[in-house]
Amino acid sequence: MRGLDPELGAWQDPDVAPLVEVRSVTKTFENHRAVDNVSLDIYPGEFFSLLGASGCGKTTLLRMLAGFERPDAGKLLIGGVDVTKWPPYRRPVNMMFQSYALFPHLNVVDNIAFGLRQERVSRSEIRKRVAEMLDLVRLGAFAKRKPEQLSGGQCQRVALARSLIKRPKLLLLDEPLAALDRKLREHTRFELVNIQGQLGITFVMVTHDQEEAMTMSTRMAVMNEGCISQIGTPTEIYESPGNSFVAGFIGAANKFQGRVLGQDGDVLLVHADTTGQDLRVCNPQAVASGTPVVVAVRPEKMRITQDEHSTADNRLNGTVAEIAYLGDVSIYHVRIASGALIEAQLTNRTRRADATLTWGDPVWLVWDSDDAVALFE
Amino acid sequence: MPSPSSNNLWQHTLGRWLKPGRGAISAIPLLWLGLFFGLPFLIIVRISLSEAVIGLPPYSDLIQWVEGELLPSRVRLYFANFLLLWEDSLYLDALGNSVRVAAVSTLLCLLIGYPMALGITRTRQNLRIPLLMLVILPFWTSFLIRVYAWIGILKDSGLINNFLLGIGLIDQPLQLLYTNFAVYLGIVYAYLPFMILPLYATLSRMDERLLDAAADLGCRPVYAFWRVTVPLSLPGIVAGSLLVFVPAVGEFVIPDLLGGPDSLMIGKVLWSEFFSNRDWPVAAALAVALLALLVVPVLMFERIRTKGQGA
Repeated sequence: MRGLDPELGAWQDPDVAPLVEVRSVTKTFENHRAVDNVSLDIYPGEFFSLLGASGCGKTTLLRMLAGFERPDAGKLLIGGVDVTKWPPYRRPVNMMFQSYALFPHLNVVDNIAFGLRQERVSRSEIRKRVAEMLDLVRLGAFAKRKPEQLSGGQCQRVALARSLIKRPKLLLLDEPLAALDRKLREHTRFELVNIQGQLGITFVMVTHDQEEAMTMSTRMAVMNEGCISQIGTPTEIYESPGNSFVAGFIGAANKFQGRVLGQDGDVLLVHADTTGQDLRVCNPQAVASGTPVVVAVRPEKMRITQDEHSTADNRLNGTVAEIAYLGDVSIYHVRIASGALIEAQLTNRTRRADATLTWGDPVWLVWDSDDAVALFE
Repeated sequence: MPSPSSNNLWQHTLGRWLKPGRGAISAIPLLWLGLFFGLPFLIIVRISLSEAVIGLPPYSDLIQWVEGELLPSRVRLYFANFLLLWEDSLYLDALGNSVRVAAVSTLLCLLIGYPMALGITRTRQNLRIPLLMLVILPFWTSFLIRVYAWIGILKDSGLINNFLLGIGLIDQPLQLLYTNFAVYLGIVYAYLPFMILPLYATLSRMDERLLDAAADLGCRPVYAFWRVTVPLSLPGIVAGSLLVFVPAVGEFVIPDLLGGPDSLMIGKVLWSEFFSNRDWPVAAALAVALLALLVVPVLMFERIRTKGQGA
């Protein structure tokens, strides 16, 4: 959705100052380093995702931005102001909690108005802004209900309205869609992105769901064991993963370990351990011969064919070991001479597309050098 | 884990087997209540409606039988006992005094008990049970002995006075025992656990993330306490207050042992009516009236509770 946006992102504009600056932040819980020397800039108007498996430190980082945890080392700046030691109630930041944390004793209106009642805002102003919020999240008919009388999706929207009513500079979302069922989740993704675009508030979302991060974010940070593995737009992260972890975590990838044999312009010649033949992979930077390298190829970038004479930069032959028919696509596991299994994905563009190949068929896997990525550790 | 459908089936079959037994299960507490509360209460009501006589038992029959006839010849209900309660200021004074003492004690228990309950919920997990045990521990000794112990502490040559005399702060023992102060002290001491335990039960069930949410929305901790913690612990506040207030109104032992001649409480009046005056009907009428008065706050609590569950 965002990756195709032709206009420049705020992070590419040298005149735009970052809204959030995370400077070498570290947080340790009882010998466990949850966040390890993380630095990060988030720009105004971004929809930024922190993506990672559970325990990677993404939630701790979010809670530090909200002020619930204090970093052991490092600094947090919001709008250029050092807020590292500010308590949560002073920060120009609001958070939407994973379990929503709606106040069970208050109805929808009182939940949404909670943040404003704390400030000296006039009653008429509160009424006006609550009505705006109810409109925004389409909950007007449920104004007087208590949280326990609402469905999960409705609770989610109350939580969103409650966190937006103070018009924060920055909204933090902790797994905002995790508690919703699949259909609603997909619908709500678009709704969240629309609301973010409408209000122009910077969103920082924590999620473990890569599809969510890919579809909603302007940029995302992939986290692993308390560190940031890579920051980039969804397209950058998917098509040019910076390392082996990101390549494996986001989407699927076939990885071939090997050594650089030589370089021909911007194509590397790699001797791979498992393939029995040399692979060609695009890599504009100069690399010394003998450097260890991992060649990563995404399953959908491989073509699977029975035509011996097909031309491509890379060709591997093998036999079909497994077929998984998923409807829109089929996934083939192909066993190559060394015994390794390679995953290839085929889009079923015609109704009988999957019938042409069956178990045990000899096939060729072919791909061009610029559809593969060379990863150096 | 069994699938939901097989689980339902299991419950269904089990339910069919247990159906006759299920009635029996609810019958046991009902029988208990009927035998040990309902029946004695009816006897008390019956006594309250009879006339005091000198004899054994010391009250008149309600129903007079004529020998050889099936139906009673005369039923006599005697309401004068209740009228007396209204007319003689002794009873209303004692009641007013009791309600005041109980209300003040309840408030004191709340003021002391709330921070204690909150403190226990906010300590480390492995400290909570020991702290709760310390709250409950006094129950393991007899109530009467604990009240007697206060006499030893408060009397003229007791612990407090001896200590204060010893350090030279006073040169005459303070009159602590047999005062209203001693009654308040005794009631607050004895009933504090009944306040702490229900408060702890509601506070420990509270989702701590709600306080995070309040802080996130701009609430300082003090405001978050008033706007989130207190409203959510209201059922505990009401339950604890009732558990202290209701028995404190009818408290007899504490004012009798620790109170002075001016600490006139309804429980003491009831006792002397029963045992000193041997006027069982008036004593019974007093007991019935007291019960009727105390049902009111209990019903109010019931209403708050059902409303709290969100109709």
